[in-house]
Amino acid sequence: MEYSDKVVDHYTNPRNVGKIEDASGVGEVGNPVCGDIMKMYIKVENNIIVDVKFKTFGCGAAIATSSVSTEMIKGKTLEEALALKNSDVIKALDGLPPVKIHCSVLAEEAIHEAIADYYRKEGKMTEEEIVKKCNLKEHHCEHCGE
Amino acid sequence: MENVYFDNAATTKLDDEVLQAMLPYLKESYGNASSIYKLGRENRKAVETAREQISTVLNCNPNEIYFTAGGSESDNTIIKGTAHGYKSKGNHIITSKIEHPAVLETCKQLEKEGFEVSYIGVSEDGIVKLDELENAIKDSTILITIMFANNEIGTIQPIKEIGEIAKKHNIFFHTDAVQAVGTVRIDVKELNIDALSMSGHKFYGPKGIGALYVRNGINFDRLVAGGHQERGKRAGTENVPAIVGMGKAIELAYANLDEHNKKIKELRDYYVKQISEKIPYIKINGDMEKRLPGNSNISFRYIEGEGLLLNLDLKGIAASSGSACTSGSLDPSHVLLAIGLPHEIAHGSLRISIGKYNTKEEVDYLVENLVEIVNRLREMSPLWEEFIEEEKK
Repeated sequence: MEYSDKVVDHYTNPRNVGKIEDASGVGEVGNPVCGDIMKMYIKVENNIIVDVKFKTFGCGAAIATSSVSTEMIKGKTLEEALALKNSDVIKALDGLPPVKIHCSVLAEEAIHEAIADYYRKEGKMTEEEIVKKCNLKEHHCEHCGE
Repeated sequence: MENVYFDNAATTKLDDEVLQAMLPYLKESYGNASSIYKLGRENRKAVETAREQISTVLNCNPNEIYFTAGGSESDNTIIKGTAHGYKSKGNHIITSKIEHPAVLETCKQLEKEGFEVSYIGVSEDGIVKLDELENAIKDSTILITIMFANNEIGTIQPIKEIGEIAKKHNIFFHTDAVQAVGTVRIDVKELNIDALSMSGHKFYGPKGIGALYVRNGINFDRLVAGGHQERGKRAGTENVPAIVGMGKAIELAYANLDEHNKKIKELRDYYVKQISEKIPYIKINGDMEKRLPGNSNISFRYIEGEGLLLNLDLKGIAASSGSACTSGSLDPSHVLLAIGLPHEIAHGSLRISIGKYNTKEEVDYLVENLVEIVNRLREMSPLWEEFIEEEKK
């Protein structure tokens, strides 16, 4: 299995690692059984993601997808961040090995969960509206069935 | 440092003396060992010398050794060969849950053909449960195949006891000794072993060559059909350079066995001690006594193994892990799951296998980098964060 130079760069020097103490929203996806957990913290001001940090338990691709996706949503509006697709993450990394595609899906889902958490705290939308706007899915792991 | 190699259970560096022994058969002495002229005869002689070098170590007759292309072929040959050869006697095979895929996948193929296979469990130290094994025996049992030493956690199995059980019940006993040959003294007679698989590149010999010992009088079907080579049990022109290399390698390994084992055990114990002192929240996998001298397998909690390997690789260090990402499947190592590790701890395992070319300086370099990498990955891990927050409460 061969990783692109971009993936190597991101798992060697991951950007935005850490935790935001007074985060506007936090999203966590994945589970330890599969070997991947991503936790995304966002700070939102005037509908813009002014800061983002992550913590990831997982392989090189999981770290790289988390890292690059934080770069891609920082300074963006919530709508722009929600529009980020896992395919955009893969493209930004110059590709991922096929068995690692699920890592990019996790990154997309972690962003959506963090934004949904922000909306919930904001209290302006119903849960139904949030689920729809953030396109939340019941996370189902194809590996372990959990 | 560059090329700091701690993956000697995967393969080993070719010994220069072995290379020198092989060279004439890669160059001027290129004859086919089956030919009657001089070039053929000197190759035949070289093959038979290697056969004797192996049979001397195992304490068997040279005509009980068959050359194959490696450990996997040896396992496939004898397991399928005896299953088919003894089909009229029964259809039941006993193996363990921690075998190498060459054995497990072969058994799965046989299950599809209608054979029944019992997969015996192991203790949390990674030793096959003898009572479970003996209880699994039934009238239809035709084969017991249990590995000599495990490739991931290095545990040495109670082969003598299994040999006695097999003999008592008159069942054919094969052991996959790929990890053991070269480090463990093996007397097939004393241990009641009927068949044994080995591989040249695990003890500083060349790749692509293996051998199978089968006690005389055993009826097994051949896997590779064709010419009359290997007394009709394995067709194909003999790979003379590799056969010569394996013969030389096994001779060297057993000539210096005690010295070699003492050195690699000291380095291994030093590594484990250093890591135990410097990194908290680890789990040492597998029995530390009944174990290959160069093997260590440690789980670093709250981190995942592939990240470890990638970061070690950036420092020029080669090692191995049982995480799903590195096992090439979606589950972590079947061996680590069999000793009862939860998935998340199995994902964070690191196998360091020390060989004769490793030095204390290399171990120090490994420890220094591993401490830094584990700390960094833990700082990045949400599991570690949760754990630390729990600890504070």
